[in-house]
Amino acid sequence: MNNPAIQIHRTSLIYGSGEEMVRAVDAVDLTIPRGELTALMGPSGSGKTSLLMIMGCLLRPTEGRVRMLGQEIGTGLDQNAMAKLRLAHIGFIYQSYNLFPALTALETVRLALDLKGWDKARARAEAPCLLAAVGLEDRMHHRPGQLSGGQKQRVAIARALAGDPEIILGDEPTAALDSRTGHAVMELLRELAHQQGRAVVVVTHDPRVGEMADRRVAMADGRLVSDGQNLGEH
Amino acid sequence: MTQPDGHRLQEQLGSALLLAWRNLAHDRARFIVTMVGVTIAVVLIAVQVGLFNGFTSTTTGLIEHSRADLWVAVKGLRNFEITMPQREAHRAAVLAVPGVQRAEDLMVAFAPWHKPQGGYESVLVIGFDPNGGLVGPWNVVSGQLEDLRQQDAVFIDDLNLDKLGVSKIGDTAEIFNHRAKLVGLTHGIRSFTTSPYIFASFRNAVNYGPNKDDQTNYVLVKLAPGAEPKAVQAEIKRRLPDVDVLTRPEFATMTSDYWMFTTGAGSAVLVSAGLGLFIGMVIVAQVLYATTIDHLAEFATLRAMGAPRSFVLRIIGWQATIAAVGGHVIGITLAMLIAKGSENGTALITVTPTMAVGLFLVTYLMCGLAALVSVKKALSIDPAMVFQR
Repeated sequence: MNNPAIQIHRTSLIYGSGEEMVRAVDAVDLTIPRGELTALMGPSGSGKTSLLMIMGCLLRPTEGRVRMLGQEIGTGLDQNAMAKLRLAHIGFIYQSYNLFPALTALETVRLALDLKGWDKARARAEAPCLLAAVGLEDRMHHRPGQLSGGQKQRVAIARALAGDPEIILGDEPTAALDSRTGHAVMELLRELAHQQGRAVVVVTHDPRVGEMADRRVAMADGRLVSDGQNLGEH
Repeated sequence: MTQPDGHRLQEQLGSALLLAWRNLAHDRARFIVTMVGVTIAVVLIAVQVGLFNGFTSTTTGLIEHSRADLWVAVKGLRNFEITMPQREAHRAAVLAVPGVQRAEDLMVAFAPWHKPQGGYESVLVIGFDPNGGLVGPWNVVSGQLEDLRQQDAVFIDDLNLDKLGVSKIGDTAEIFNHRAKLVGLTHGIRSFTTSPYIFASFRNAVNYGPNKDDQTNYVLVKLAPGAEPKAVQAEIKRRLPDVDVLTRPEFATMTSDYWMFTTGAGSAVLVSAGLGLFIGMVIVAQVLYATTIDHLAEFATLRAMGAPRSFVLRIIGWQATIAAVGGHVIGITLAMLIAKGSENGTALITVTPTMAVGLFLVTYLMCGLAALVSVKKALSIDPAMVFQR
């Protein structure tokens, strides 16, 4: 696999010790390529969200090696270094959107661009383009309370795309949406992977979402139990 | 609903300020509580400090408005109002000291003012030399100083007309059973002791007080040009061992310290000001903390996005700044209106521009300290909580 986005080698996340020890992630080996939509699947407690948080530099693994975009992140990075990596390379999408109730869609995207250090002129031009790219050109000045669930998730996707990150990580991004809207959001994420060459990983327990991914990775009890390409119509 | 203004604010001032403003203003009820809290604190502090300033200027008004360089009084003096008589001959002795250009007598004595319609009030008779010019009434709004040379003539302040039972020039009353005729009015000369000042010529005042003809309470000294105050002060003390000799600033400080701190009056208003500060800080701390708690998920989202802790700090700092600026502007405006209203009352409240600036720093410090409670909470957020539903 040429220049993968994320490489995870024998990585574990362990809580507690002795008899109370829990292996939330247990010796996982996984490589996430660019240009592909990967679905991380499994029942509750299978470790898929913990693994996503390791990929997203939100959790430090207890054991193993993790490389992101060729850089070793493993167990040695401090919180500030992890925050810088997230800011530079990763966009997050959440089940409950995690938008700011007081900010409009445009302000939300501008905030993300501000954080990434974009100058005012570039950010002014870029923010409406990102919202237009997710089909929200006519909802730019609306706050979350004035948007539907699907529109909120599109704002979250536009925010995740701010600054052009190579990696997009989604935690149940369609769980709060009806099936039609969820399908549309997954189509959008597939486009981001296929047309823009990003590595997109979504955690889901919904088989329909899994079917829309290029690859389905299944977990149980912290371990990878299957890893297969989708051969369906998508 | 469109929000183009917020977009422009974000463009001009940055996302941290926009988010801070929106976080506060989003919940209007809480925002109003914040503003009311800071405003109450500012008004409380401003009015109490204004009262302190007003009291202080009231206690020293006559000293500060005098043109005397030195005040000579019987040894053991504690304040302007309560004093013992000294021999009037001291004036001649003082005049003989090298460096003294002029010396005048001043009588200060409490006396009963019998109102024309019955009843009496305590007054403080100020007997001075109307021809001298070292001391006397100021802000004269009716009558001429020369009128005080007339027999039984007195000036009072127009704020005390009702209290003293007179209403116009020409009205008469009695002091120590001796006729007093109103020939002039001042405006805004207050007495800290609640006994209004009655200005009279030294000659007339002798009739109104306990002093004998050959006694005076103070000898006021005007120095000759180039004379060294400390040297003249020391020489008067050497020649008259039973007197205290004070420069004008020394006497003003002694008098204001006596009334403000020995009596507890100043301490009371300062304690009230401190309470205002404390109450304001508690209210602001509660509101900012509640606002922070309400937006913890948003702070976590920001941290998960990779926002540095300094960005979260800036948001909370801006929230404190908005509370401080908004509350201060409203509070100081109200305090100035209250001060304006006090100009015609018996208790003067003085709110100066310098005090307004100083109070802004206090308000900002108050809001900043209140925000510290929130900072600790916001900085301890684990960004991973965004995935913990």
